[in-house]
Amino acid sequence: MSNTILQIDNVSRVFPGVRGGAPVRALEPTNLQVEQNDFITILGPSGCGKSTLLRIVAGLDRPTDGRVLLNGREIKGPGADRGMVFQSYTLFPWLTIAENIAYGLREKGVPKAQRQEIVASYTEKVGLRGFENHYPKQLSGGMQQRTAIARALANDPEILLLDEPFGALDNQTRGLMQELLLGIWERERKTVLFVTHDIEEAIFLASRVIVMSARPGRIKADIPVDLPHPRHYRMKTTPEFSDLKAQLTEEIRVEAMQAEGVH
Amino acid sequence: MPRPLEPVSQGTRVTLGISFFVLFVLAWAFATLGGFVSRTFLADPITMLQDGWLLLTRFGFLGDIGITVWRVVGGFVLAAAIAVPLGILMGAYKSFEAFLEPFVSFARYLPASAFVPLLILWAGIGEMQKLLVIFIGSVFQIILMVAVAVGNTRRDLVEAAYTLGSSDQGVVKRVLIPANAPEIAEILRLVLGWAWTYVIVAELIGSSSGIGHMIIDSQALLATGQMIFGIIIIGIIGLISDFLFKAVNRKLFPWRLA
Repeated sequence: MSNTILQIDNVSRVFPGVRGGAPVRALEPTNLQVEQNDFITILGPSGCGKSTLLRIVAGLDRPTDGRVLLNGREIKGPGADRGMVFQSYTLFPWLTIAENIAYGLREKGVPKAQRQEIVASYTEKVGLRGFENHYPKQLSGGMQQRTAIARALANDPEILLLDEPFGALDNQTRGLMQELLLGIWERERKTVLFVTHDIEEAIFLASRVIVMSARPGRIKADIPVDLPHPRHYRMKTTPEFSDLKAQLTEEIRVEAMQAEGVH
Repeated sequence: MPRPLEPVSQGTRVTLGISFFVLFVLAWAFATLGGFVSRTFLADPITMLQDGWLLLTRFGFLGDIGITVWRVVGGFVLAAAIAVPLGILMGAYKSFEAFLEPFVSFARYLPASAFVPLLILWAGIGEMQKLLVIFIGSVFQIILMVAVAVGNTRRDLVEAAYTLGSSDQGVVKRVLIPANAPEIAEILRLVLGWAWTYVIVAELIGSSSGIGHMIIDSQALLATGQMIFGIIIIGIIGLISDFLFKAVNRKLFPWRLA
């Protein structure tokens, strides 16, 4: 079964040295294949190049070497076929929630009536009915990230890229967000690439966890998560979940120690 | 004792603001009416008001005010119409910035008032010369400030737009411009304030009308009351235009206050 949607081929990234300093190797040559409808989380300590990898897939950064293929076509730059949700709040502050969600559709030239229909459906899916005419500033961080997810999904991308989207949220909100995102994925089965440094989050959401090593980043382990769907937050306390968590904690701990220079 | 950064109520704010004006006028009245300053050099507030009334009712000062306002607005609108698009282009496209920025930075330090004699040679002493002084004084400032504002647009918003399918032009039109519109309006408000100083300089030399002309005329007559009245009128008009600008900005950019 070869339903590969995204293929990362020997992608590496070296950042040039600042002010005559030595160049920084952020990402070792990396290979990864993403199957259709997969939910992949990329787990690693901070500064391990996982965000760099995601930005390369998004087309916001160029690989020093190697290439990324989306449905067989090489990625040359950012595009609407790859939706992205950032860690920082990137809603356009001058647009209302509905206008934010409609942004990509407008750029694509989707007629107004159809636009409104899609916006209404995604507003509903992320639970923001009644907030359509609010400005981003008036919403909590969780609501803003929900809008950002809706904005990316409304564009109907081939793949959804999320770069620690819940990293700035408090623990409780983060838990709710994970359930909401997972619920959407269980219904729509959109291919997802999700970067995080939170082990629990990585397991709970994923069908496959990619563990990355400390800088320079490379893929250290590729662990399938066979927990059944639909998943419920109580799953986080089951023995299967705990086993996976213990395993990943070990993997990450070594890397984090290395990243921090502790031996 | 008030604490640092502690906000004050709207009522206190207004009262405090007005009370300084009152204090200022009281000090002025004390110095002049009390005989501490020679009348030849500084008129007292009452004489100033009488002189002002005379100016308005007998000497057609309203016409002077009108012509000065027209010059400021004319020169300023001309400058803004050219400078805002240029500033946006400079902020958006680095090659364009590299091309223009050094010259504009240089031109910004050329004092508009020093151009007055030259402009009289080129454009005579007509309206064109007055407009050009204000134009030269404002245009480079606006270009640079707009370029800096646009250049500082949040990168993550630009990146988000690209991942949502925006073209390069779309990013300029639908992110860089709306994101910076309030800032640009604020820059215009600031530079309009400076334009007022240029117009008076332009009117002090080679002019037969306007507030600046009235002030220089009054100097010959040692009519300090009239001169001060003219200066105060400029201040009041500045205050009004500032207030209008702020009100329009609030109306145009509700998301800023949301």
